[in-house]
Amino acid sequence: MTSTPDVVITGLGATTPLGGDVASTWAAARAGESGARTLENDWAQTYEIPVSFAAQLKVPPAEVLPRPEIKRMDPSAQYAVIAAREAWADAGAPDVEPERLGAVVSSGIGGIWTTLDAWDTLREKGARRVLPMTVPMLMPNSPAAYVELELGARAGAHALVSACASGAEAIGYAVEMIRSGRADVVVAGGTEAAIHPMPIAAFAASRTLSTRNDDPAGASRPYDVSRDGFVLGEGAGIVVLESAEHAAARGATVHGRIAGVGLSSDGYHMTSPEPSGRGQIAAMRAALEQADVAAADVVHVNAHATSTVVGDLIEARSVREVLGADADHVALSATKSMTGHLLGGAGALETIFTVLALRDRTAPPTINVDEPDPELVLDLVRGEARTLRDGSLAAINNSFGFGGHNVALVLTTP
Amino acid sequence: MAFSEQDILAGLAEIVSEETGLPADSVTSEKSFTDDLDIDSLSMMTIVTLAEEKFSVRIPDDEVKNLTTVGDAVSYINGAQG
Repeated sequence: MTSTPDVVITGLGATTPLGGDVASTWAAARAGESGARTLENDWAQTYEIPVSFAAQLKVPPAEVLPRPEIKRMDPSAQYAVIAAREAWADAGAPDVEPERLGAVVSSGIGGIWTTLDAWDTLREKGARRVLPMTVPMLMPNSPAAYVELELGARAGAHALVSACASGAEAIGYAVEMIRSGRADVVVAGGTEAAIHPMPIAAFAASRTLSTRNDDPAGASRPYDVSRDGFVLGEGAGIVVLESAEHAAARGATVHGRIAGVGLSSDGYHMTSPEPSGRGQIAAMRAALEQADVAAADVVHVNAHATSTVVGDLIEARSVREVLGADADHVALSATKSMTGHLLGGAGALETIFTVLALRDRTAPPTINVDEPDPELVLDLVRGEARTLRDGSLAAINNSFGFGGHNVALVLTTP
Repeated sequence: MAFSEQDILAGLAEIVSEETGLPADSVTSEKSFTDDLDIDSLSMMTIVTLAEEKFSVRIPDDEVKNLTTVGDAVSYINGAQG
């Protein structure tokens, strides 16, 4: 009987509201920049939508991808492919048997631009004008399939959907693929492209979006007393995961290690987090136990913290409950203050931020916190990035989704 | 308004170029969609859908299999114009 493989991260890729790749995104995050801006369209006026801003990609895909690829991929798949190519190159394009290579790429919403464009075409022009690629473009597994096809991966291609926890759940599933012996290398992450008037109108209808139209860059303010909802973002984060043995055999550079995956569901409400945080607590405890990491070793938490009135505090109390007195020395970062909320891409991008925070010993800042909520029971990294100590470090990345999905990942330095 | 054969070839070359990434001037009459331009059945149906809209014609599914070369498609579209 062989032991369960250790899973390491050997490649990182992203395209985000802060930058077209990981380096520019991380530099902007460390500097505390906001990716949110007023939308250059008239959706708010035309459809009377109460929100006129979002955190759109810094580098449009048309500047990166050839025209035929743009035409046959929904934007959600375009973002995933851009990030996957960067991650794969960053990993050194590993030489791996196709049967030992997997792809797990999630989206929370799916190909909504394609879906709604095709519906418009059908209504305005009839069935003969609906393009044959419509279904492969709108299906939510399309980003996973494009990554699988590009790499020729044969160990399995999957797209787990759990709203705003999707990207983290994809990474968790990929870890499991390697641990269970199904694969040696898995390209995993999340993507979202839902900055379209319909989802903005729908999120606004549920009163979950910030309406701070006069100050887009200041609108995402997790843990600030005046927070009023999340800022819709878009983009993708993709990592290359690899068994430690496989990575060592080829001399790969290891960015970090995913030591624990914790999953739970609230069993409580479709959109509201369970008030006691029992599901979040269960996920974090399961991840720490699997990682065999003590609370005292956790130095950083990348919070899910979307800037909603209720959600931010429940998470902070859950972290306090799990770590106890050791929570006092945890640097808490809420990076959605800068990126906006990438929905299905969030958990993956924030996994990348967490890996880089440990690797570079730098917890990224939480911006826009002018007056911290007095009920916040943790040490928030406000305004400027904070240096983390030397030595072996562990961190938690939390992701929670509509439906009551909770995913906690425990990462460690290599 | 009817399109000339040159207009149809140029318009079709533009559609094929967008779909495949090949330069439009390489999409010439004698080229075979499958053998020369490496166009699969789904891409062919995309080209047909876009060509129908561009030239305001109907290309029935039964006819598509007879369109071996770019020139075949140009001739069919030219003949189908009302």
